Amino acid sequence: MNNISFGQYYPTNSPIHKLDPRLKLLITLGYIVLIFFINSFTSYLFCALFILTIALVGRIPLKTLLKSVKAVIFLVFFITVINVLFYKGNHLLWSWWKISIYLDGILYAIKMALRLILLVMGPALLTFTTTPMELTDGVESLLSPLKVIKFPVHDVAVIMSIALRMIPTLMEETNKITMAQKARGADLDSGNVFKRAKALIPILVPLFVGAFRRADELALAMDARCYNATPNRTKYKLLHFGWGDLFAFLIFGIYLALVIMNIHLFDLDALIWGLFA
Amino acid sequence: MAIEVRDLGYIYGKKTPYEMRALNKISLHIEKGEFLAIIGHTGSGKSTFVQHLNGLIKLTEGKLRVLDIDLNVKKPDYKRLRTTVGMVFQYPEYQLFDETVAKDVGFGPRNMGLEKEEIDKRVKEAIELVGLSYEEVAERSPFELSGGQKRRVAIAGVIAMKPEVLVLDEPTAGLDPKGKRDIIALVQKLKQEVCHTVIMVSHDMDLVAETATKVAVLKDGELKAYLPPVQLFANRQGIAEWGLDIPYSAKIADCLRDLGMELSDNCITPENLANEILAWGGKNE
Repeated sequence: MNNISFGQYYPTNSPIHKLDPRLKLLITLGYIVLIFFINSFTSYLFCALFILTIALVGRIPLKTLLKSVKAVIFLVFFITVINVLFYKGNHLLWSWWKISIYLDGILYAIKMALRLILLVMGPALLTFTTTPMELTDGVESLLSPLKVIKFPVHDVAVIMSIALRMIPTLMEETNKITMAQKARGADLDSGNVFKRAKALIPILVPLFVGAFRRADELALAMDARCYNATPNRTKYKLLHFGWGDLFAFLIFGIYLALVIMNIHLFDLDALIWGLFA
Repeated sequence: MAIEVRDLGYIYGKKTPYEMRALNKISLHIEKGEFLAIIGHTGSGKSTFVQHLNGLIKLTEGKLRVLDIDLNVKKPDYKRLRTTVGMVFQYPEYQLFDETVAKDVGFGPRNMGLEKEEIDKRVKEAIELVGLSYEEVAERSPFELSGGQKRRVAIAGVIAMKPEVLVLDEPTAGLDPKGKRDIIALVQKLKQEVCHTVIMVSHDMDLVAETATKVAVLKDGELKAYLPPVQLFANRQGIAEWGLDIPYSAKIADCLRDLGMELSDNCITPENLANEILAWGGKNE
């Protein structure tokens, strides 16, 4: 549980950390959309360079960045194997019984794996460099046009911030309960899938009971301090879009242009392959 | 000798930016029949230490032997260790999960792989031992009991495994004075009847003075003192240095000494203090 680093703030006080959260949210969103449109190795290279640059400027250690992929590593592996085994292409490399492996399949599998890994790294960098509070403020500000159609933007933002805030608490609680049940001889690491799933009951039940208890207490505490989501609440920290943000936005724009050009105007991939051929 | 600890050390988050040393060269012997209290500030390594005792934290530095179980061998017998050392965590009532009290208390014995009759017998014994009525609570859901009852059920869940050493982490946390006294009476009863060696982590100096036969003081992961409570609380300089407090009875004794009464270092519990005041009064009549 503890070594999944996705969704944890990594404080280094870098220029990336200081950027406007709204900008970071929009860039992340744009980045995610883009990832689904590109399909050439050079574009993936641009994406990887983009991610690496942010990590470098944001002083996020490479190891931490790689750890964020840990949560999807099984999926990546699974997709790669399936693609290698079942993709039908032109260049047959090896075949046996009903399985045939094509060069195209291998290349496609690598692309899919890259896509998934890069897809996870973007939002991971967002959470590494942005505190949950900033994130919620950003979301609230970005969604605020929806207030026109009576969408409860502020409530959604509060729900989100509470949910984010509870993640570490629940992690810690899970740890404690796991230890307590282990001390009573609970065996969590052996047996088949069903046995292991069943062994989780003594951990999940107290965890849920605790989560409901906490939610209840928090609601009471907020109520006791007269909390209500009135529309005109003021903020202690106002978001500010500054020169640094504009600069970052321009850099993202250049990267975006490069990738789009690569998709539509000229095929860099073919060019590079041509050089080697 | 029940537990032997030599040069025990532990580091959290080894080789990460969050690396932190929790224990440093702890060495002590705990005799059979001892009531050991472990005191120290938050973050002094108390919990890390007791979690080593039943293998919840794997041994990384130093030597550790619990009764006849050596933890320095290649594959220590964790299963037997966990039934030998019963561990009651802080706020143990938050670990209850099963439909009925009887089933919850039986969780430990079931994990031990005992026969059904033996499990039922142990469950019944354990529930009665912690001062609840088996007929009344056995078939009820643990979640509809009161806070104090829940804590008793959780303790029963550990007792049902018949451990030889009982470890309690802040057993009185979050209880009112009466609840505190009840739990302490319970722990002392358990020590006499079931597990003869008890190790308790506590912040409450009055509690330590009243129950412990020996006290271990931890500070920043190091063992600062390992003494009987009377000698520990007599060392006022050490107490101040380690950021600890003295029991109320000792404070009252100090005030009385200033007024000219002759009292010994034994005055750390209300009972001892009262007796000595009476004795002094008798002498000076």
